[in-house]
Amino acid sequence: MEYISLFVKSIFVDNMIFAYFLGMCSYLAVSKNVKTANGLGLAVIFVLLCTLPLNWIINTYVLQPGALKWLGPQFESVDLSFLSFIVFIAVIAAFVQLVEMIVEKFLPSLYSSLGIYLPLIAVNCAILGGSLFMQQRDFTGLGESAVYALGSGIGWYLAIVALAAIREKMSYSNVPKPLKGIGITFITVGLMGMAFMIFMGIQL
Amino acid sequence: MAQKLKETILNPILKGNPITVLVLGICSALAVTVQLKGALVMALSVIVVTGLSSFVCSLLRNTIPNRVRIIVQLVVVAMMVILVDQILKAGEGTYAIDKQLSVYIGLIITNCIVMGRIEAFALGNKPIPSLLDGIANGVGYGLILVIVAFFRELFGSGTLLGFQVLPAAYVPNNLVILPPFALILIGCIIWVHRAIDKDLQEN
Repeated sequence: MEYISLFVKSIFVDNMIFAYFLGMCSYLAVSKNVKTANGLGLAVIFVLLCTLPLNWIINTYVLQPGALKWLGPQFESVDLSFLSFIVFIAVIAAFVQLVEMIVEKFLPSLYSSLGIYLPLIAVNCAILGGSLFMQQRDFTGLGESAVYALGSGIGWYLAIVALAAIREKMSYSNVPKPLKGIGITFITVGLMGMAFMIFMGIQL
Repeated sequence: MAQKLKETILNPILKGNPITVLVLGICSALAVTVQLKGALVMALSVIVVTGLSSFVCSLLRNTIPNRVRIIVQLVVVAMMVILVDQILKAGEGTYAIDKQLSVYIGLIITNCIVMGRIEAFALGNKPIPSLLDGIANGVGYGLILVIVAFFRELFGSGTLLGFQVLPAAYVPNNLVILPPFALILIGCIIWVHRAIDKDLQEN
């Protein structure tokens, strides 16, 4: 039950895009048509789902204050949490590189359709943001962090596909010249964010 | 040479502004702009990080193998961000702001401006111009951040930097504090910017 509520909450209430603006750069840059948005969205879900539990394990057993207790009592006072940024980003970058190599080797057709977006994901704030939120909120178990990763990935996916669909339609409408392109996209995302805010404060 | 340096510094602030023209680094631009104070601290941190990491990557540019350059760059940037974060945590007045900015200081690592400038400028130029380019891009970013935060704090709480500016009878507009309004405000800044500078308009 707790998992379901966390799942729904991370999709709608704590939506990565509309509540925290994470992964905005690639969100705005790659939402020109639905097909590519779809590919990037799926890649984000996958990478988030793999790196967040991995970072949870590292955080719990290596980085947290007192996390190294399993090595022996003399390590109890060690606090490596200041290293968390560098470790998390290294894990994410290494994982993305690994996935890229595996996909290139075994699934060439997927690679050609997704290829250029994979390296982009390493610098997608939504991925690192997910790990930092995981650390900040003290998730108690591997399952909880995996559910949170899946939920926020799906939330990001929904947001980018919705924006891409709107932008495809919008290319036929008559927008004031200076506002064309990125300007109107910002305002559209703002309005979408307002619509998403109806979920705020929902208790599950 | 002097002409080129001047362009390196001025271009990112106006014609090639990282936020309104290149659309980089939006994530943090929106989340930290509720209060002017937080936006100023964030802008300063980004200036320091972009400047220093461009400088260091430019020093290393001939020794980094091309295949692993992204990871090397990320490590350099992460090191700078950790330094900034530790300094903010140590300062007496800045500790509260660091708490308020929460994960967004850490997210400077994935701020596209930093990586973008390293990839586009620092890897092909000498350290000193790279340092200036990084700082100028940070300033261009900070400028937009401060403009957005100015309007959001003024109309959202009636204060500036914590001091009451509008008369006490002013009823704060809660919509301005909410996240989506920051997007609309940036949309409007882009509108004004492109109405003045017609070269930037898209077809």
